[in-house]
Amino acid sequence: MSGELLTLYVTAMTLVAMAGVYYLLVTTNLIRALIGLELVTKSITLGLVLVGRITGNVGLGQALAITLIVVEVVVMVVAAGLILLAHKHTGKVDTRGLRSIKG
Amino acid sequence: MNSDVIDIVLLAAFVLAAVWSVLTARLMRAVIALAATSVLVTSLIFRLDSPLAGVFELSVCAGLVSAIFLGTISLTQAETETEISVRAKERIRRYWYLPPLLVLSSVALLQLALPSSSTVANTGDEVRKVLWTTRHLDLLGQITVLVAGAFGVVVLFKETRKNER
Repeated sequence: MSGELLTLYVTAMTLVAMAGVYYLLVTTNLIRALIGLELVTKSITLGLVLVGRITGNVGLGQALAITLIVVEVVVMVVAAGLILLAHKHTGKVDTRGLRSIKG
Repeated sequence: MNSDVIDIVLLAAFVLAAVWSVLTARLMRAVIALAATSVLVTSLIFRLDSPLAGVFELSVCAGLVSAIFLGTISLTQAETETEISVRAKERIRRYWYLPPLLVLSSVALLQLALPSSSTVANTGDEVRKVLWTTRHLDLLGQITVLVAGAFGVVVLFKETRKNER
């Protein structure tokens, strides 16, 4: 892989991760916050595979990426369950609605 | 050189899809853009000679996670039967060209973007070796996380049923 292509990969990954972080910071909608988290995770998954390829450890990169994907999907499932519960209690999927929850 | 052009196009599309998912006002479009981002990440992962991670990304992130998002949206933004029916008819009328376009672009992507079969055959054994020897504790961690996730979902919905009474 050429140096220019590697730079493009890293730039694209950084842009997508920054887009995800921006979304997490500005949104109050819980589903949109999850989408932001997904974007960051996708960028990191690509990064793991890319580093594995560059260093010649393709197998290790893939193994770590698979572990990350498994963790990611469990986080998403539990977070979606929490969003549904929050919606049931507050009638909204908004972080501002969570302030009224006690206990 | 030709190979680099494919990578560059995929990277540009990856960034554009991510930015679209952030900037779009409608939640459903954001989820569709996220699924498109997943598909593009999968293509890039295939380009990096990592087919197993690509298959995982495609099936789990583009498939399962998108389904979770769509389920959550439909459960939190309920529509009436009439609204759903009107929307479905409208969708078919406006986007009739999308299914053939998607099929054609998938075929084109498979022809252009996938690596040669010789590199694909080698990496599977390597991943298996790494997972069972170097990173075997990761497997234990994955199983623990999956069990914790399943347990979490059971507890969440058990709580919901108790509240309904």
